[in-house]
Amino acid sequence: MDYAAIFLIQVAYAIASLALISVGLAVIYGMMRVINFAHGEFLMLGGYAVILPVQAGVNIWIAMLVIAPVTVGAFGVVVERLVIRPLYGRVIDTVLATWGLSLLLIGLASAVLGYYQEGSKPPLGSVQIGAYRESGYTFFVIAVTLAIMAALYLGLKRTRFGLLARGTMQNPAMAAGLGVDTGRIYAATFGLGAALSGLAGGILAPISGVVPVIGATYIAKAFITVISGGATVLAGTASAAAMLGAVNQVVTFLATPVVGEVALLAAAIILLRLLPAGITGRLFRGGV
Amino acid sequence: MKISRRQALASATAAVAASAFPRFAFAQGAAIKLGTIADTSGPLQPFGTQKLQCIQLAVEEINAAGGLLGRKIELVTYDAQSSDQLYAQFAQQIALRDRVNVVHAGLQSSSREVIRPILRRANALYFYNTPYEGGVCDRNAFLTGTTPGQLLANLLPFMIKKFGKKIYVLAADYNFGQLSEKWTRKIAKENGAEVIASEFFPLDVNQFGPTIGKIQAAKPDFIVNTFVGPGHAAFYGQWAGTGMKKQIPIASQTFGEAGEHLRMPQELSEGIFVCYNYFEELNKPANAAFLERFRKKFGTNYGYVSDLGMSEYMGVRIWAEAVKKANAIEREPVIKALEAGLSVDGPGGTMKADPKTHHFVFDMHLAECKSRKFEILQSFDQVPPTNPDGVCDLLKNPDTNQQFEPKL
Amino acid sequence: MKRAADRIGIAAIAILGLGALIGVPHVVELFTLVDVAVYCILAILALSLAFVWGFGGILSFGQSAFFGLGGYAYALAVINMGESTVPILLGAIVPMLFAALLGYFMIYGRISDVYLAVITLTVSLIFYHLINSTAGPEYAIGRARLGGHNGIPGLPPINIPGNAAAQLDYAGTFRLSLGALLLVYFGLRALIASRFGRALVAIRENELRAELLGYDSRRYKLIAFVIGGGIAGFAGVLFASWGSFIGPGVFGIAFAAQIIIWILVGGLGTLAGAVLGTVLIQYLTTWLGQSKSVAALIGLAKIDTSLVLGAVLILFVLLVPSGVIPTLRKLWLGRRGASA
Repeated sequence: MDYAAIFLIQVAYAIASLALISVGLAVIYGMMRVINFAHGEFLMLGGYAVILPVQAGVNIWIAMLVIAPVTVGAFGVVVERLVIRPLYGRVIDTVLATWGLSLLLIGLASAVLGYYQEGSKPPLGSVQIGAYRESGYTFFVIAVTLAIMAALYLGLKRTRFGLLARGTMQNPAMAAGLGVDTGRIYAATFGLGAALSGLAGGILAPISGVVPVIGATYIAKAFITVISGGATVLAGTASAAAMLGAVNQVVTFLATPVVGEVALLAAAIILLRLLPAGITGRLFRGGV
Repeated sequence: MKISRRQALASATAAVAASAFPRFAFAQGAAIKLGTIADTSGPLQPFGTQKLQCIQLAVEEINAAGGLLGRKIELVTYDAQSSDQLYAQFAQQIALRDRVNVVHAGLQSSSREVIRPILRRANALYFYNTPYEGGVCDRNAFLTGTTPGQLLANLLPFMIKKFGKKIYVLAADYNFGQLSEKWTRKIAKENGAEVIASEFFPLDVNQFGPTIGKIQAAKPDFIVNTFVGPGHAAFYGQWAGTGMKKQIPIASQTFGEAGEHLRMPQELSEGIFVCYNYFEELNKPANAAFLERFRKKFGTNYGYVSDLGMSEYMGVRIWAEAVKKANAIEREPVIKALEAGLSVDGPGGTMKADPKTHHFVFDMHLAECKSRKFEILQSFDQVPPTNPDGVCDLLKNPDTNQQFEPKL
Repeated sequence: MKRAADRIGIAAIAILGLGALIGVPHVVELFTLVDVAVYCILAILALSLAFVWGFGGILSFGQSAFFGLGGYAYALAVINMGESTVPILLGAIVPMLFAALLGYFMIYGRISDVYLAVITLTVSLIFYHLINSTAGPEYAIGRARLGGHNGIPGLPPINIPGNAAAQLDYAGTFRLSLGALLLVYFGLRALIASRFGRALVAIRENELRAELLGYDSRRYKLIAFVIGGGIAGFAGVLFASWGSFIGPGVFGIAFAAQIIIWILVGGLGTLAGAVLGTVLIQYLTTWLGQSKSVAALIGLAKIDTSLVLGAVLILFVLLVPSGVIPTLRKLWLGRRGASA
């Protein structure tokens, strides 16, 4: 019974962390049709933006919830201006340029910080469930993911920025004609996506640690989740993460982490074959 | 009779080598070339860097003492960037272009198995200076790291006696982890204990939630891990975060080798048991002098020098000793000198060649991590290497070329 | 005039290639032969994607899957058989069969663009994870252990068909690799110039128009995809025998990425560009691994390959977006045009 509880908590955690690592990529892809291949490295930067300040004595929660998203968000705005903006409309070129950025960031992090894993213990202690124990931080990750999704929904649906952003993405010429500074909207949207990636990287850092190549463990999964979800940012990411995350973790429990990973990938292929435009290409159309 | 056959064979090999590589003859008086391939960038950098530094120190010391046979040693270095593919490429390069006199290279068992056949084919003498899963039997290779017969065979009986008979194994998913797990099962059985479950993780796995759940369900008396690399290091934090740290003790085959105990909160490393042939904490004059020289060269705030680096240092030292003994730099006389049971003293004690297996005899030490230091609990003098069922005998069968595995 | 320039180019490549095939082994050092051989092999892989992507319009993000399948098929077969002729054929046929299966699944399912890219990449990653977890002794085919993360080391070199003892030496390996590269290059050129090739390009340019003209675009694309898979698999065979080793790294995302970078640097839509891009990038990577020369040049204690590759990639996309060969061609034609 209590083992079943642990099992369900772990499944919920897998879904939450998959949604968490994907949401920044989803914002950038869903709104701007830009596939950010440096997404994994944005997560990595978010991780370092937590680990390094904490070593310097900063409170871990401030580092995680403020420093990580702000730093990576600001970095995202710079990247948009220097690398992404000249390439709008050239999908493959953007993929390649961000891929280059990904390699560059890995190289920089390796040269400056090296591969010395700074071990850490997730805060919040542990919780007793019957005869079993579960880390309190697991619950925090689930809760904070739900909060991010809710805030994003309200932000896109109810605020002026959300309205302008959605308008600009649907018809930039019309938006510009109505007096919207589309350049700023693009920069802000990319910055938002980057900030979400930074936040996700920061939240996961105390669990998995940070090394320069950690992005590689996330990028494929995030990419596959977002594409399987389809064009609709929130509904797509949430539904794809729920499906793929559950498949992954259930199989991991029944077999091994490797088989779990393979099950996730296989499920994504089947999903794309059945729904070639992603889940939200068929369902939840017109949502956010 | 045996000896003369071996000699005949050796000279035949040398003749073939000479005809295949006409430019393999070395000018007298020129520098002796020592080739190394190390992972000084990429995920294995923390290990590779220290291994290279230990080689550099050993070479520098030998040169400072007048070199070998009156000649200087020149170091030829390649960075394989943590990629086995580059190991293949650089091994060809080091043997065919640089024509080094000896190669000291390899960290992961997978990289060793990539370059060992290449170097054997090119007749380039090979030293693999890393603790590993044991069993390699190849006349062209010397393996100066510890093997399960030295490490696990001392660590496991201690753990079984102290904590109980149910063992849970967590291992890296490649030959090092796979064969170590086999050895764990074999040694456990010999000591009346049992491996109740084993899990293998590819090196990029860094989430252990489901595994920690399974361990709690299985309730082992202790855990044995063979973790490799930064991804696996995340286990210790997640384990402590779940509050299991105080419930089930851990023995590790690798913990501390990259100095990771200095870079994690103290409570994570507290009470982990290990067994190596070298610790910084060993209380010996030779060790103190070594550490002083090492820190003088690489910085006083240098992290931790582990058995991994020491194996490289000693690998170069014993090769140099063999060259002196043979009074020659060529492959054949050097192998013969080592096969005569050569030994050298080092910071961790005496290492002595085991002629049959091309492995080495060491003093082993069992330790527990306390307050970020390894406290030596017990020492075992001159422990012989693993030789599964005594099948490896390179004196009798010099053509053997395979890795023997434990029979269960 | 563009035609004339191209013809001169082809003739030059043919003459240089044949000359190198005969002459180079007599001139250069043993090691250089080994090094150039692997550039040729990887260039064959690049050509397979240059064809599928540049002319078929199919961005196969996981072209490395076929390369790896070819290498593994060869390795498993050659260890069991001891003679390399049948294993070489298997190394091309197995990936072709798999490409036919996967291609049918995707192309006849009307999956295209980014979705196709994701599926091919995902398939490659599935191979990566599966092969990576076969380190245990239970994963063996005949006498060959799959080896997991370790890969399969100690493969014998390719031998002269029918005589297992007549193994190729280093010069032989070089000649085989360069010969194969020339063969694939000219073979693909001929294919592109044929009726099939022109239809393929028409489909890439406008699939709907080609279909309205009566071409079954799915069949053309599938055939191109299968040919690309076979060539990539053959490159995998040569690669495995070259290093006596094949490992799961060839299925990983980094290796898949490299192939795309080669083509992009050389120029998408050209075959020569793929070859040139491969050689340039590979040379850079190998050279960066020899830390001495690099540290001296940049004055840094350590330098990471990905740092340099990343910078190269960004600069190329922003400054030379069409790649080296098309840019050079444009410059050359432009100058000729101005002087005429």
